[in-house]
Amino acid sequence: MNMSAPLVSAPLVLGIETSCDETGIGIVRGNTLLANVIASSMDEHARYGGVVPEIAARAHLEALTPALTAALAEAGVALHELDAIAVTSGPGLSGALMVGVGAAKALSVALDKPLYAVNHLVGHVGADVLSESGPIDYPTVALLVSGGHTSLLLVRDLVSDVELLGETIDDAAGEAFDKVARLLGLPYPGGPEIDRAAIDGDPTAIRFPRGLSLPKDLEKHRYDFSFSGLKTSVARWVEQYRDTGAELPVADVAASFREAVVDVLLTKAIAACHAHGVPRLLLGGGVVANARVRQLAEVRCAANGIQLRIPPLSLCTDNGAMIAALGAQLIAAGHAASHLSFGADSTLPVTQIQA
Amino acid sequence: MLLSIDTSAGTSVAVVDRDRGILAEYAEADTRRHAEVIGDLILACMSEADLAVTALSGVAIGMGPGPFTGLRVGIAAGQAFAFGAGKPVVPVISHDAIAFGHYAAGGTGPLLVVTDARRREVYWSTYRGADAAGLPERVDLPGLIRPDDLPSAVADYEHYVRLDADMVSAGAAGMLAETLFLHKRPFAGAEPLYLRSPDVTLPAGPKRVS
Repeated sequence: MNMSAPLVSAPLVLGIETSCDETGIGIVRGNTLLANVIASSMDEHARYGGVVPEIAARAHLEALTPALTAALAEAGVALHELDAIAVTSGPGLSGALMVGVGAAKALSVALDKPLYAVNHLVGHVGADVLSESGPIDYPTVALLVSGGHTSLLLVRDLVSDVELLGETIDDAAGEAFDKVARLLGLPYPGGPEIDRAAIDGDPTAIRFPRGLSLPKDLEKHRYDFSFSGLKTSVARWVEQYRDTGAELPVADVAASFREAVVDVLLTKAIAACHAHGVPRLLLGGGVVANARVRQLAEVRCAANGIQLRIPPLSLCTDNGAMIAALGAQLIAAGHAASHLSFGADSTLPVTQIQA
Repeated sequence: MLLSIDTSAGTSVAVVDRDRGILAEYAEADTRRHAEVIGDLILACMSEADLAVTALSGVAIGMGPGPFTGLRVGIAAGQAFAFGAGKPVVPVISHDAIAFGHYAAGGTGPLLVVTDARRREVYWSTYRGADAAGLPERVDLPGLIRPDDLPSAVADYEHYVRLDADMVSAGAAGMLAETLFLHKRPFAGAEPLYLRSPDVTLPAGPKRVS
């Protein structure tokens, strides 16, 4: 099959994303977004309080063909017009990733189009090339926060030089939101629920710990995150308060917990910007939907002379358009297509931009 | 002509023709490499059959029963190929393909097909024999059972020739699909035959930490 890069500066690329619970099909022409269709199985996971991998994988299989049809219609393009296909090969849930990988390979052979296997996390950074903010200036620090990931990256070049500065050593930030929401009797997904509950709360009411922020932790984990201890701390506080028989101040707990998460995320992100002399911060991932994340990012970046980029929310959550966009960037930079033998890699390192 | 894919055990891909039989068939027996090999196997079959995609009339897909992660790779690939080629999918039951192959090779009479379901269980199907068209006559829908319980679960167990298969031939699945079409018989349903619910339990309330 054809593995050389199509010789176009603004290639028409279809992207397939199935790394978690969103089936995303996106179509871009270079940096222009043409379609972004997302089918989510979130509702099916709600009663379990988190994503159930097998349920997610089954849902991908059902959603894939309808999403392809919808994306082509939305973009107004025919399959034969595509220059290439891109697919997430990791990191993510293995069984879920394999649905997209299997489909992408078959589609690539059926259409005789080159296939680019790309990194989901780098895709989140790449999403912002589709926004109206213009091209991304490099280097930039990128903070990616979702239900499955909490990563701080130094991106010197989107298609060739991405360094992992730090990541969570236990729960992802989004997971912490889900778990604390459950403690407070709020439904899944926890992020929007905590956000809502926190509106009338005092973020300084309870001083919850900032994970990996003490000097001794910073030595080894300067840019790593930990939210497991925070969750336990909230649980302990809630239990002790309930033991007194008083009514739990849900708004204060929600606001204080959220502040602890957001504070540590941005403190470390800003520190990374300073340490690397990079006055640019890019946010990505579903947790960016959280109002306080965006708000505090604006305040801290402004105070530190850092330029902040936040893609539109529809491009922050998992989607196929960001995968297509990264594929288009790889093509524009002259990268050859992936070999057909790549597999789904649940722990694909962020340094491996293309598999 | 059909492209045929079955990943209910290993990964098997074939191109078949109703009159000329199996034109190309490639397989990988490893039951944990479906996603890695599926693309190359499809490409190899299409190249060997020396076919343009437009020459196909559809894509046969083995719908299981099979362990779900691997099974889904083949179904996803088959559906996506059909979508790309603008051709219909032709779903067949993977055990029926094994039985079809057995009878096509001269086997007769009652047949018990058994395949690995992992977790110390097997999938099983029983057949009375083949009809005049060579199509297997299934006794009941495929089941899931512990191997030790199989003899007591199958009525007249001793009457059956037992066939334990560790591979499902996409060639056989494709020829089964061609024969079903020729004799205007129904294909399998569009749903994968997982025969198991997702492993999941409803969470109890949060545990005390203090």
